[in-house]
Formats: sequence, structure tokens, C-alpha cells
Amino acid sequence: MRKLPDGRYVDETPWSDDQDLSALERSDMDAPNWVLVWRKFKRHKLGLISGIFLLLSYLMLPFAGFIAPYTPNERSAEYLYSPPQSINLWHEGSFIGPFVYPTEATADLVNYRWTYETDTSQPMPLKFFCESDSYNIFGVIPSNTHLFCAPEGATVFLWGSDRLGRDVFSRILYGAQLSLTVGLIGITVSFALGIFFGSIAGYFGGKTDWLINRVIEILRSLPELPLWLALSAAVPSNWGPVAVFFIISIILGILDWPGLARAVRSKFLSLREEEYVRAAEMMGAKPGRVIRRHLLPNFMSHLIASATLSIPAMILGETALSFLGLGLRAPAVSWGVMLNDAQNLASIEIYPWTAIPMLPIIFVVLAFNFLGDGLRASLDPYKS
Amino acid sequence: MMFIRYAIYRFITMLLTLWVVSILIFVIINLPPGDYLSNQIAELRATGQAEGVAKAEFLRTEYALDRPIWEQYLIWVGMAPGPQGWYGMIQGNFGWSFEFDRPVSEVVGDALWLTVLVNLAAVLFVYMVALPLGVIAAAKSETWVDYTAAFVGYLGLATPNFLLALMLFYYGNKYFDLPIGGLMAPEFEGAPMSWEKVKSILVHLIVPTFVIGTSGAAAMMQRLRANMLDELSKPYVETARAKGLGPSKLLAKYPLRMAFNPFVADIGNLLPAMVSGSVLVSVVLGLQTIGPSLLTALKSQDQFLAGFVLMFVALLTLIGTMISDLLLVLLDPRIRYGARGG
Repeated sequence: MRKLPDGRYVDETPWSDDQDLSALERSDMDAPNWVLVWRKFKRHKLGLISGIFLLLSYLMLPFAGFIAPYTPNERSAEYLYSPPQSINLWHEGSFIGPFVYPTEATADLVNYRWTYETDTSQPMPLKFFCESDSYNIFGVIPSNTHLFCAPEGATVFLWGSDRLGRDVFSRILYGAQLSLTVGLIGITVSFALGIFFGSIAGYFGGKTDWLINRVIEILRSLPELPLWLALSAAVPSNWGPVAVFFIISIILGILDWPGLARAVRSKFLSLREEEYVRAAEMMGAKPGRVIRRHLLPNFMSHLIASATLSIPAMILGETALSFLGLGLRAPAVSWGVMLNDAQNLASIEIYPWTAIPMLPIIFVVLAFNFLGDGLRASLDPYKS
Repeated sequence: MMFIRYAIYRFITMLLTLWVVSILIFVIINLPPGDYLSNQIAELRATGQAEGVAKAEFLRTEYALDRPIWEQYLIWVGMAPGPQGWYGMIQGNFGWSFEFDRPVSEVVGDALWLTVLVNLAAVLFVYMVALPLGVIAAAKSETWVDYTAAFVGYLGLATPNFLLALMLFYYGNKYFDLPIGGLMAPEFEGAPMSWEKVKSILVHLIVPTFVIGTSGAAAMMQRLRANMLDELSKPYVETARAKGLGPSKLLAKYPLRMAFNPFVADIGNLLPAMVSGSVLVSVVLGLQTIGPSLLTALKSQDQFLAGFVLMFVALLTLIGTMISDLLLVLLDPRIRYGARGG
């Protein structure tokens, strides 16, 4: 294929008579749906990059403990509110590999805060694949090998340390495990409820439809956050972190389904009149089978795209709840729990790095938005 | 006449919805085991203060907390006689706040009006920002104007509200000398309305309005842009351009009107999000709306206060949705009155 100066394309392979252009079996015209979707999605650069970013983030989750130099609740009592340290490669003009400078805290009794002094005379190289505190890969396999850790007598706080001297960088990695999965569990709940109610409303119509529709309208007209707050206030305070995590994700999902149910319902209303549905019914298919085998596959992909767009709302919801102290609670680590520390103006002014967890939140939410937009745009492969 | 009939119909459905919502809210606030007083009694028993127990027991009967749950509900709403006779929400009694030891209506007081004010300001902000930006983004689609608007919009959607609030407060105070915290200067609290007080409230409103409105404005702007683009690609626009209509008239005369519909209809989606946002932002920024009282009430299981605040925010959104429906009918003659036909 060559492009002429006037913008036309010319195929350089010589003409052969064996090639039948009208053949049905042309792979480029008859590709399965997902190939068409993928082809179109590839052109949506922002969506593609976001997709890769999210994929990497989720793949990282089981190995958070390996990448993080510290464990989430490991305290360095000598280093409270330590500012971010940089990893350097060159010391006084000579290359010695990744190293950090040791820092020392002194109490500033006038301003009543810690000040840190960096001792730039002695570089301390980082240790790689070193052994330190133990953690679990995938939550089950115990291990204590870390990708890198601090040299003896120094610290490696890439993004600073918080009020209790815990490493912000490590905590962000661990926090991702909860913050990123909360949206997935929530969306599963909302998906199940939305498809169930939406499809029975759309398929059966009549009184069922009326009832479900009213419920949808009522739930949609209520502000989510106060209800989330009220529901999570009802979670008993003696439950363990895991139980709280699950119940919070379910709470996030419970109020989200009406939008999805509405989309499913309106689609069903038009699809149930199609001939193939009638045919299936004539052949004795039960409603459950018609819905699952004949109707849902029609627009499953659209549903997935719209689900992608509502995950960010749940991630933000978890953050808000934890931030207000009604969501996940310490010792659980999530981005919202971490931001709970950055709740006042003083910490933003004096210790701006405690607000760093907002960056991953913004990136993940943006990525989900772009990915959803990209998916939605490419799901109709025949539309230019 | 048709319009008035539709308005009445819409009002009645709103009341019915509110009734269902009240059941829902009552169930939610009663989900945690026990209630404020039974917790208190248990605590008093544990510490051996017998005289307090008697008082709390008395309060329990006084507020009908010892009755079955459905009876409690009816008394709370005012559909059944309680210990003080027919005296529930319908009759204008919002209950007693155990946490503050005062009637709920006194606890919330001014906060109600300030809540309405904050939300109104945010809605106005959304429209004032989204309308011009959306139209310009559509008219100059795929230029830097469009991309910048989209970028800012996405950022607004993705930043958690409360963080935006904190940062804007910090920088607003540092560079523009905007006041920090609250909805008015402390000396005006409880003072009668005066010009100075209004001015103080307005200055304090700037940051909260911006924070609460940003995500709504971003969403609405994108929607308006999409609608405008749909309209602009239609043949009648081409015709108008061919006949030599100027660019601003070309936009405003027909396409904008057509694209405007969802703008009004969207209040129904916008308002719940706004109210949610205002609760969160109020807690973070210490605004004197009902947000902070909701949080304390929920945390201490002060059920009448929590119930009332939840009812109030629900009422706020329901009224907003109703107004948007009515406006829509007035604006768009194509929309039929009455219930939707299948």
C-alpha cells in the first residue's frame, strides 16, 4: 500500500485473477465483532492508553507488597511527617547507582513541627530484592522479599511519610488494593440488580414494569451521598475490616443500579417485539431463557461500556465515605482513609505530600472515563 | 387549564413519592441496632447511675421508642396519635434531638435556608458556566477551545470534591484574600439580616459554589456540546448558512433552542448530585448547612435529627425535579401533558 501525493492509496501487489473481490470470505470484511471493535478502539488513543494504564494498575495489585518498600502500618517513629526524598544516581560527579541521602529530624520548637536536614555527604545505596517485613502475595503466599528497601540507617520515603511516620508511597500501593476493587465489587452488585430488574420490567411490562419504574424514579431522585452515609453509619463498628470493605462496596452498588436498569428496560421494550423473540417463545423457551440467551447478548457490550463509566463514581464514593470517617476504617488502608489525614488546611499547607493520594484517584477516575468513552465509541464498528 | 391540571397531577405524585421516601428513610435510620436512648441506658447501667436511667426510660416512652417499629413510623410522620397526641411531621413537629437536647427544628434552624441558598447558587453557577462553554465548545469543535474546555471538564469530574474544596480554600485565601470556612463572618451569626451580612455571605459563597458546581457543570457542558453538534449537522443549519445568516444568529436562533431541552430536563439528575456534593463540601469546609448536623446525627444515632435532615434533602431534590418538569412543559410545546403513554 502506497500513498500518492494527492492522498489516494495504491496497492502495489500485482493484479492476479485468482483473487475474487466479491467473495464472502474476505477476512477483513467478515471479521468477528470483537475484531472490529478492537480495530476501532485502537484508533481511540486516549482510551487505549487509559485501558493499558488501568490494566497495569490492576495487575500490580497482587504484587503491591513486593513493590512497596515498607508495609502499610510499619511506623518509623523517628521520621514523622518526613518530606519526600529523591533517589539520586550521581554523587559529586561520579555514578554510584540509585542511592538516597540520610535525613535527620530535629524538632522546631518555635513553629512546633519537625524539620528535616539532608546529609548530602554520604550517599547510601538502595538495596534491591532485599528481605524486610513480611507480606502476602495474592493475599495468601507469604513472602518478605521487596523490590527495593532502605539502606541501614536511612529511609526511603519516595512521597514522604505521614503523621505516624508511615511511608505514603507504600500506603498508596496498598491502598490501591481496596480503592480499586471497591468499584469492581460495587459495579458487580449494581450490574446484577440493574439487569435483573431492568429485564423483568422491560420483558413483562404491565404492573411489574410500573412498579419497578416507580422504584427507579424514586431512587434516582434521591441524593446518593446522604443515603450512603446513613447506610454506612448502620454498619456495626465491631465488624472486621474485610466485612466492612464488602458491605461498603455493596452499599455503593445498591444505589447505583437504577440508571442501568432504566437503560436495560428501554432496550428490552423495543427488542421484545422482534421476530426472533417471538420465534423463541413459540418454540417454548421460558422467559428466563429468552432474556438470557436471546435478548441480553444483544447489548451486553453497551452495558459493559456504561458500567465502565460508573466505576469512577464508586471509587469517588468510597473515598468520600472513608474521608468522612464512615467508610473503611484504619487499620484498613485505602486512598480515602489516607486522605482522612489531609483533612485540614494546616496539613495541606505544611505537609502537602499527605494529599498525594489524590493524584492516583484523579488518574484512575480519568482513565475509567476515557476508557468508557473509547469503548462506547467503538462498540458500533459499522458506524464511521 | 391543561397546564394547571398537569401541575396538580405532578404535585400529587411528588407527595406520594415523598411518602414512600419517608418509609425508606425511616427504615434506614432504624437499621443500626438499638437507638440513642437504649444505648444511653446501657451505658448508664454499666456505670451504675440509676437516676439517669429513669430519665432516659421516661424519654423513651415520651418519644414512643418502646413501641413496635411500624407504630413508631406512623407517630413520627403524624399519621397516628403518639404520647402527645397527633403530633408528627405532618403537624409540623420534627422531633427531638437527643444529642443536642433541643427540638430538631431549633437545631437545624437557619441551616435550612443556607442549604437552599448554597444549592441554588451552585445550580445557577452550573448554568452560567455550562451554557456559554458548551455552546462555544460545539461551535469551535475540535479546536483548542474545545479541547481546553473538555480537559477542564474532565478534571472537574475526576477531582474529589472535598479535596478541590480544601485546595481552593487554601489558594483562594492566599492569593485572593477569600475568607476561610463558614458561610458568613462569625460576628453575623445569629444577627438579623443586614446589607453587611448579605455581602459577607456572598463572599463566603464563592468557593463552595465553585466546588459544588464544577462536576455538574462539566457534565452538563459535555451534554450541551453533544446536543449542539447533533443539531449543527442537520440540513436546516446548512440552509441557514447558505442563505447568509451570521454565525451568532445561526447558533442561537434554532439549534440552541433545540439543544436546550435536555438542559432543563437534566435538573432532575443534577440536583441529587448537587445536594450530595453540598453535604460533603459543607462538612469539609464547616459551612453552616445541614450537612454537618447530618454527619453528627448519623454517627451518634440521633435518629429524629438524621431522619429530618434526610427528609429535607429528599424534599429539596423532589421539588427541584418537579419544577424542572413543569418548566419543561412550558418551554417545549411538543411535550404532552399527563402521564407518559407506553
